[in-house]
Amino acid sequence: MTEPTLFDISQPGKRCTRMPAADVPAPALVDVVPAEHLRAEPPALPEVTEPEIARHYARLAAQNFDVDRHFYPLGSCTMKYNPKVHEAIAAAAGWARLHPATPAEHVRGALRLIRDVEGWLAEILGMAAVSLQPPAGAAGEFTCLRIFRAWHDARGDTGRTRVIVPDTAHGTNPASVARCGWTVTVLESGPDGRVSTGTLAEALGDDVAAMMLTNPNTLGLFETNVLEIAAMVHDAGALMYCDGANLNALLGRARPGDMGFDAVQVNLHKTFATPHGGGGPGAGPVGVTAALEPFLPIPRVVERDGALAWDHDRPASIGKVQAWFGNFLVAVRAWAYIRANGADGLRRVTEDAVLAANYVRAALEGAFDLPYDGACMHECVLSAKTPTQETGVRAAEIAKALLDHDIHPPTMYFPLIVDEALMIEPTETESKRVLDRFIAVMLEIARAAREQPEALHDAPTRTPVRRVDEVTAARQPFLRWRPE
Amino acid sequence: MQFPDDRRYTHTHEWARQDGALVRVGITSFAAEQLGDIIFLDLPDPGTRVDGGAAFGEIESVKAVSDLLAPVGGEVREVNEPLMDDLDLVADDPWEGAWMIAIAPDDPAQLDALLDAQAYAQHCAEEA
Amino acid sequence: MAYVPHSDRDRAEMLAALGLESIEELFATIPASLGATATPVLPEPLSEMELLAEADRLAAENRCLDELVCFAGGGIYDRFIPAIVTSVISRPEFVTPYTPYQPEASQGTLQAMFEYQTMVCELTGMDVANASLYDGATALAEAVLMATGATGRHRALLSGALPPAARAATRTACEAGGVEVVDVPWDDETGRTDLDRLAEMLGGDVACVALGQPNGFGVIEEMSAAARLVHDAGALLIAMVEPISLGVLAPPGKCGADIVVGEGQPLGLPPGFGGPLLGLFACREEFLRQMPGRMVGRTVDAEGATAYCLTLQTREQHIRRGRATSNICTNESLCALAAAVYLAALGPQGLREVATLSVHKAHYLRDLLAEAGVAQRFNEPFLSEFVVRVDGPAEEAVADLCAQGYLVGPALGRDYPELEDCLLLAATERRTRAQIEGLAAAMGR
Repeated sequence: MTEPTLFDISQPGKRCTRMPAADVPAPALVDVVPAEHLRAEPPALPEVTEPEIARHYARLAAQNFDVDRHFYPLGSCTMKYNPKVHEAIAAAAGWARLHPATPAEHVRGALRLIRDVEGWLAEILGMAAVSLQPPAGAAGEFTCLRIFRAWHDARGDTGRTRVIVPDTAHGTNPASVARCGWTVTVLESGPDGRVSTGTLAEALGDDVAAMMLTNPNTLGLFETNVLEIAAMVHDAGALMYCDGANLNALLGRARPGDMGFDAVQVNLHKTFATPHGGGGPGAGPVGVTAALEPFLPIPRVVERDGALAWDHDRPASIGKVQAWFGNFLVAVRAWAYIRANGADGLRRVTEDAVLAANYVRAALEGAFDLPYDGACMHECVLSAKTPTQETGVRAAEIAKALLDHDIHPPTMYFPLIVDEALMIEPTETESKRVLDRFIAVMLEIARAAREQPEALHDAPTRTPVRRVDEVTAARQPFLRWRPE
Repeated sequence: MQFPDDRRYTHTHEWARQDGALVRVGITSFAAEQLGDIIFLDLPDPGTRVDGGAAFGEIESVKAVSDLLAPVGGEVREVNEPLMDDLDLVADDPWEGAWMIAIAPDDPAQLDALLDAQAYAQHCAEEA
Repeated sequence: MAYVPHSDRDRAEMLAALGLESIEELFATIPASLGATATPVLPEPLSEMELLAEADRLAAENRCLDELVCFAGGGIYDRFIPAIVTSVISRPEFVTPYTPYQPEASQGTLQAMFEYQTMVCELTGMDVANASLYDGATALAEAVLMATGATGRHRALLSGALPPAARAATRTACEAGGVEVVDVPWDDETGRTDLDRLAEMLGGDVACVALGQPNGFGVIEEMSAAARLVHDAGALLIAMVEPISLGVLAPPGKCGADIVVGEGQPLGLPPGFGGPLLGLFACREEFLRQMPGRMVGRTVDAEGATAYCLTLQTREQHIRRGRATSNICTNESLCALAAAVYLAALGPQGLREVATLSVHKAHYLRDLLAEAGVAQRFNEPFLSEFVVRVDGPAEEAVADLCAQGYLVGPALGRDYPELEDCLLLAATERRTRAQIEGLAAAMGR
């Protein structure tokens, strides 16, 4: 049932939060601020009471799928369970109510936490130094490229303008390249779904600034030739960037630094179990080699006279990528996650994530196409090409049908090189019972596609709304409430 | 697949038809079907110079965006304004009502270098 | 092994289903040399009880705003957060989902963002708003990039009186892509952007001019006058706002701004040591297709019922890739939700009360300090934040006052060497008369 907006239920004079009377002199505002600067009318915000607000959002909440209630195998997004203790810790006043302008000697615990998380991530990634400042994965990615650019510039090597990006890459990769003033050279994947060193050799040149590689790549495949790829890129005078979106496949198994990457970005909201918040806040720390450390964003936490302090005086730094020190309260949650797991626990995370993805892959590869043979890492990419050709039921409809089974769909139509792609990332936090049910539902949908394809064209039927008309939404953008 | 033989085609699914001194340009039914529902069309203003093979505009569906490539180089003389308000025409009437621009070509012979209907049909069969 | 649900039997059954003897076989594609060095050196794992104790031990080394009386400003403020805000944003249905790409499974987040967008439009006086960016600083950077795209020009003029971090973040984000970022001087007496100098700097290559309202010194800018200059030069005006002030200040949309950005932390978010924050972003309708970030639109479902979805996604990186309006993917959805609940809880009257109380408290503090011999640095009107001059380096004053239990600042010397003896002070609705008098006494000469 449609929930009215807060604007629809607003009535003049209704109130929720009131302020106390002033306990200091309270002259008329126009006596303090010239009238020309004051607003003539109050903003038309909703006028509602607390019970109405509470019920409104409770009812909206009930219309969301979420990780607590739903299996959420969204590929490349690592929708694992978000531990409750993280929220308890991050809500504590000793973290949440810290002002970032507090002098360092009064926030030693916060500086220690930043230093520890940076150090632990450096260990996990095999990098020399880490910065927590980038507030999201794409911001971390841009930070890495911006550092590459500063490094090339510092060497007077300004003729490099191209960045090599495989055709399986996330869309943020080329978008971040453009922000650096560079252009993308798309690298076609080889027949095994991996980078072909022959194709790479042709693409390399002395105008190449960097290569961006996701490992494992978005097909869920480990780039087995990564050491050779890195050597080739370095021989050409370019740098290697690792898109760390898929770090959940690597914990305790392989480190980007050891693979030859010069910089890597990680998503704390994926691998380190901090919540996605319906689209943020996340956090996108970056790790770099020792040669690139001087270029990291300012300020840095450093040890000075035996105590932790801020260092703003770093002339080679690229500057700032967030107003303060990054999404600190997200880092607090990641601190808790790493501390609760330890090295053995993190290794088990990766083992169980990879086991789950392969378990699902093996069970479904008969009913769907497997575009690239062999074991996958933490996610598997299937294709609905054969069901589509035989029944007309497309990946999108399979996804919508899953909603009727209270399962969030996988990522669809990505990577772009797989037709009718279904990218499934179960994560390590789903029990075998849940995986078995998912497999059964997927097989049932495949059978329904053959037997009653028209039924799937109408899915979903059990969600709060039926299939949403995205075409009308885009043709006639209706982006804010207005009185009828 | 069959396509009108009164015009020429590009590998990127635009059609081009001689119309007096102008070359009228649109996208094919094959392209329209691949794109699905069109939500936005970005076309140049009359008077704009376009190069053959270069983008003259963009066409967007809900989840894809494609460049529109000029089959011939020249100056844009006419733009189909009514099409902007009735984007369903791209799917419903790709060959007539959904023409997009008319170009005064630098060299009318450029048209001859494009695919004919039969060659284009074969190209589509390979892509599908 | 903190949060994985498999028993050993489950694992054995799953391996058996794959026809494998050992988990190692699944990692065969990773070169052995990489595996040999892959074990990180980390502290031993903790139980939940130990973890909480360890977090408390570390947090005890911090002095939070329950211990320090906060008069600090600079974009992050100690404001009252109604309980309803915390309650709503703690719901797992809002905390744990991904970006609402599947509208049928995400109506709750989508409708909440639609309402948030409407509230941001109402506050700013703009036509359209997005569903949030990372923070005010990066929102300014995105606005500058958008303006360069919309105008085809490549020079951006930033008022030197904008918050320093926002200017720094804009430089980092924009300069590599070929945008020249130049500071506009501010007037030494008024603390306002020098509009005479701005007029001299404007030219046909200027894409945009950005001003704070109030600016980074807390001073109210002559926004309408600036807008005339900027528009005469064919450039766009970006206003960077402090959102609580919009409870009383004229909305930038009424003053000629083309794009409005701001730091949304005061709208129901804790200071959080500077993150996560909330990037407010709104603009005039004609720039809709150049906007960065996600937008929610209202539409209908297959049965004609009202429904919401992400829209105009072709602007975004997952579709347009290298030519997207921005590289942004994740935004700060949960923070935007907090802001929406906050604004609903306050309503127009409550927001005005918060803004007005803050003005009164800040002006009372300014008056007491003046009596005590601590002078305001600039003489133009302000709301709830202002600059004072102290004896000697302001950094030392900040440290001294912190030792006495008052958090003030930031000191301005690092970003403005000529203001080495100056610091920011802000008063919010939370400060009491006794606290204000206490600070004035502590700072008096």
